[in-house]
Amino acid sequence: MKTYAFAALIGAVAMTPAWADEEADLVVNGDLEITVRAPAPDHVPMSEVLSGWVFRSDETQALQMDDFDNPGMIFVDDAIETWSTVEGNAGESCQSCHGDPEKMAGVRPVYPKWNEEAGEVRTLAMQVNDCRETRMEAEPWGYTSGDMANMEALLASVSRGLPINVATDGPVADAWALGEELYYTRTGQLELSCANCHEDNYGNNIRADHLSQGQINGFPTYRLKNAKLNTVHARFKGCVRDTRAETFSAGSPEFVALELYVASRGNGLGVEGPSVRN
Amino acid sequence: MKLTRRATILAAMGTAFVAVLPMRATAAADAAIADFTGGAAPGANGITLTAPEIAENGNTVPIEVSAPGATEIRVYAAGNPTPDVATFLFGPLAAAQMASTRIRLAGTQHVVAVAKMADGSFAEVRQEVKVTIGGCGG
Amino acid sequence: MAENVTPRVRVPSEASAGEAITIKTLISHLMESGQRKDSDGNVIPRAIINRFVVDFNGENVIDVALAPAISTNPFFEFQAFVPESGTFNFTWYDDDGSVYEESKEITVA
Repeated sequence: MKTYAFAALIGAVAMTPAWADEEADLVVNGDLEITVRAPAPDHVPMSEVLSGWVFRSDETQALQMDDFDNPGMIFVDDAIETWSTVEGNAGESCQSCHGDPEKMAGVRPVYPKWNEEAGEVRTLAMQVNDCRETRMEAEPWGYTSGDMANMEALLASVSRGLPINVATDGPVADAWALGEELYYTRTGQLELSCANCHEDNYGNNIRADHLSQGQINGFPTYRLKNAKLNTVHARFKGCVRDTRAETFSAGSPEFVALELYVASRGNGLGVEGPSVRN
Repeated sequence: MKLTRRATILAAMGTAFVAVLPMRATAAADAAIADFTGGAAPGANGITLTAPEIAENGNTVPIEVSAPGATEIRVYAAGNPTPDVATFLFGPLAAAQMASTRIRLAGTQHVVAVAKMADGSFAEVRQEVKVTIGGCGG
Repeated sequence: MAENVTPRVRVPSEASAGEAITIKTLISHLMESGQRKDSDGNVIPRAIINRFVVDFNGENVIDVALAPAISTNPFFEFQAFVPESGTFNFTWYDDDGSVYEESKEITVA
């Protein structure tokens, strides 16, 4: 029966004209070229990996092509203020250790990554909170909170255009394998895995929505739907919930592993955050 | 996926469901427009409305209105709970009687723009915008 | 005053006399419509920016009345004449009585 339900969903808009400009190139502010199509990495059973940007309508695509038009940049501005604000008992700000935000270029593309000292795979959010707790002696932010999303947007924005390049082997191999397993595991009453929509059916419509490959190179992403920045783990939760399953929690080892694996499926795509999606 | 008879019927039902999105009552919008024009029938020339044929999300729909020589342009969303969207008054330093903004549409409906021209006449344009629903509601 | 309201405007820094220039503005604001309900079923009261005015050297460019149908983080794009060097003043009026202001200088060569 699940297959039929899915057939109905896909069929619902099979008649909808192709409205996204899948051939368009993403150039921000007239000069920042961002790779939205790349040859698939060896571990991805597709010919090409595509940013979610190419699946969006002309109007939504345009919002990301100019930083003034991109409402996500509001939150980058907020984070720039936070960056140099001293917080916590150690009397430190992000700025006091790291210098200007631009110095963080190159960080976003390699996360999640292995932290040798802690002996764990760390997402950018985990690293930000480790900085806050250990170095600043400040309260950690909620994993998918506005403060965290804003800071992730700032860190992404200074790496825009750089290719995603997360490790898949070495010390992260176990986490990566767990992520891969989760990606192909059907969940919920609808019995859908990530792959059912984002590998088997990308480019098709699910009701009126043009299914993307579920790449996360654009996160955090400003969604027109809720008019705010959305984090990767909040998006994972939404997707798993929509299969009518109990979801893992944001920041859980399972979602960290899934983030690593999904990020690796986009190795070669450019960092876009904060991107704009529907 | 094997296309069984049942799957085909269900797919067809899905198509039908999308095809009959309700057209909402426009009485409130018509009343608001009549209030603006004083009941005068607006012309159809001299005003343009640029809006997407299909909006990916009704929460943020980009629109542009333009009416060269207008003193005022009002925008209405005929299917919203309240039809008013925005009123643009153009001052002496407006280089063009045009403006772009982003609006909320509660569903598929007509967006209406009405301009008041310098000579006191009115011009109206309306366009249907189909508002789509996300894949999983997620 | 609503939280985290930050105006942003984009105006060219230079223009020639009488040139038509394009201005874009964006202000971070929730624009609570008054149509939504909270988890207990109570209507969340309307709280929007209801008016936006742009003047140049005291003369009006555009005066906009906003309804709740304007999206979160209101965006506007429009065109202005710049007869001489001077200052654009941008003013947003909030339902709660707050007024947010921004200004930009422009030089006419």
